[in-house]
Amino acid sequence: MPVEDAGPILEVKNLSMHFTSRRRRRTTVVKAVDDVSFTINKGETFGLVGESGCGKTTLGRTIIRLYNPTSGTVKFGGREISGRMTRELRKYLTSNIAMIFQDPIASLNPRMTVQEIVGEGLIIRGLKDSAERESRVKLMLEKVGLQAEHAARYPHEFSGGQRQRIGIARALIVEPKMIIADEPVSALDVSVQAQVINLLNSLKREFGLTVLFIAHNLSVVKYFSDRIAVMYRGKFVEMAPSDDIYHHPLHPYTKALLSAVPQPDPHTERSRRRIYYEHTEPATGTLAMREVVPGHYVYCTEEELQFYRRQLGA
Amino acid sequence: MVEKERPILSVDDLSVSFRTYGGRVQAVRGVSFDLYKGETLAIVGESGSGKSVTIKAILGVLPKNGRIDAGSILYNGEDLAKFREKDFHKIRGKKISLVFQDPFSSLNPIMIVGKQITEALTLSLGMDKDKAKARALELLHAVGIPDPETRFYQYPFQLSGGMRQRIVIAIALASDPEILICDEPTTALDVTIQARILDLIKEIKAQRKLSIIFITHDLGVVANMADRIAVMYAGKIVEMGTSEDIFYRPAHPYTWALLSSIPDLDTKEELVSIPGSPPNMISPPKGDAFAVRNKYALELDFEEEPPMFRISDTHFAATWLLHPNAPKVEMPEILAERIRRYAEEKLANAR
Repeated sequence: MPVEDAGPILEVKNLSMHFTSRRRRRTTVVKAVDDVSFTINKGETFGLVGESGCGKTTLGRTIIRLYNPTSGTVKFGGREISGRMTRELRKYLTSNIAMIFQDPIASLNPRMTVQEIVGEGLIIRGLKDSAERESRVKLMLEKVGLQAEHAARYPHEFSGGQRQRIGIARALIVEPKMIIADEPVSALDVSVQAQVINLLNSLKREFGLTVLFIAHNLSVVKYFSDRIAVMYRGKFVEMAPSDDIYHHPLHPYTKALLSAVPQPDPHTERSRRRIYYEHTEPATGTLAMREVVPGHYVYCTEEELQFYRRQLGA
Repeated sequence: MVEKERPILSVDDLSVSFRTYGGRVQAVRGVSFDLYKGETLAIVGESGSGKSVTIKAILGVLPKNGRIDAGSILYNGEDLAKFREKDFHKIRGKKISLVFQDPFSSLNPIMIVGKQITEALTLSLGMDKDKAKARALELLHAVGIPDPETRFYQYPFQLSGGMRQRIVIAIALASDPEILICDEPTTALDVTIQARILDLIKEIKAQRKLSIIFITHDLGVVANMADRIAVMYAGKIVEMGTSEDIFYRPAHPYTWALLSSIPDLDTKEELVSIPGSPPNMISPPKGDAFAVRNKYALELDFEEEPPMFRISDTHFAATWLLHPNAPKVEMPEILAERIRRYAEEKLANAR
């Protein structure tokens, strides 16, 4: 399908995902994702960073409806996908959005051959002709840098990097418009990470993919994304084009996060001053996502907004 | 710089192999290094490079199917490579302590953390209970745990990941060791927590004049922690030097590849990826183990293993490229560019 003009392909509005647990008549609510709004444009790579437990994985999984959102709406290609689940909606979702998982060992069924794993999506989409399926799987394997012979093998016969390639082939074979990649390289060795990042980059260009890239490694997210959102305790605290996030971070949490990223440069590391972040509620004013300069949003009060604007000289 | 005195620990030509159904896996193949007082030596390598096996051999905790084939590990005039299990009892956890990667599985889940610290003190140093408790509280305070009196009586599950890693460090420090071995101590932690733990380790090192062997695959962490760095590949040290040598003047193609395969915050160009995967160590390749993945490989690399060439007093690398007759080869442009940029930043900051 031809890629239309860049407009939002995914629109997330006030999305919340709360988990409730009851123990001994005590109810605890975990607000894993709390009132998050953003859009992703066609062909864009949107990076999501945050520390473990901040809700970034839950957000990805809620969008693709592995969870049922507590409130809010998600629209994909203009159609709402957060409502009641039907067969038809499930089909719409799975043929448009695919997911690449973190753990290349746990996310592949050890009893299925690569042909079965990668081809399964085609069967579900009603491609009955097995010869056709086989040839499409082989083509896809070659696209992700594996060989056609690999189709007959089982996951355990592959290295971590190769397994992640199988996961990528499985996601791309149904020709989705968007990919949600949840920590796709963090389980891999450094030398293999670069292979997979370069592969994702070239596939992104080739297929005109929109990507939601979730990771905790800020250098990798920065390298890969056009825009970045920083998540903390279920909320976005800052969202901006990736260069702005790194060169003009505004929210104290973003600053703390950046000051903690180790750089492969001994001199910088020795003279580095760390910023620590302590979460505090503002004394006055209400917190909301506010646009400081066009495209750069910070979760702050009206008063802080003025302060940030002065800081950027706007 | 650390003054050149006698090394506190000296590993010489260490080889370790494992018996498996597929054959003998040669995990460590002739590793030599010295550790001096008060320095941090980082061992960098990917999984399977032999870095963890090396320290397991030093601590005498190799699995049953592993054995030291050759070499020596000299500590205080004794060869740890020849030690039996009971000889290790006076060294392990006393003179040489270990901080594990995973603070979740290295603590006893059903014992209060205070007891886990005092246990080390009463059993190994023969302290009485009250003294041990006072010392444990001191240690908790030293590793930056707020309100030690309360924390003393808590169980591991009541503490966060960073807090647990602090407890593990406190236990490692309990018997006032000379050498602290940190095996990927922050890989399981978030970056901001990682930063705090690294700062803590550096602080403790300075206070106690500890010698640290720091194992990791994260080059950013290495740049932060290390005085000297050993880069391991396929069971061998391929390059060794000061932190500046390795990051600003890397000489081995594997080090180049490793450094240019990670993006830093300013990287825009395509990453240089290392093709293929590490070799099978049951039958290590002839010649240089990295040759098949190395685009700078010479014919000689496939025939004969390169010796360690001396570049300076502190800097050594095992690659034929350093031989006087070798063709002149420059490091990848992406890396040269990055090093130039770092130098400029350094100048700019100095002004």
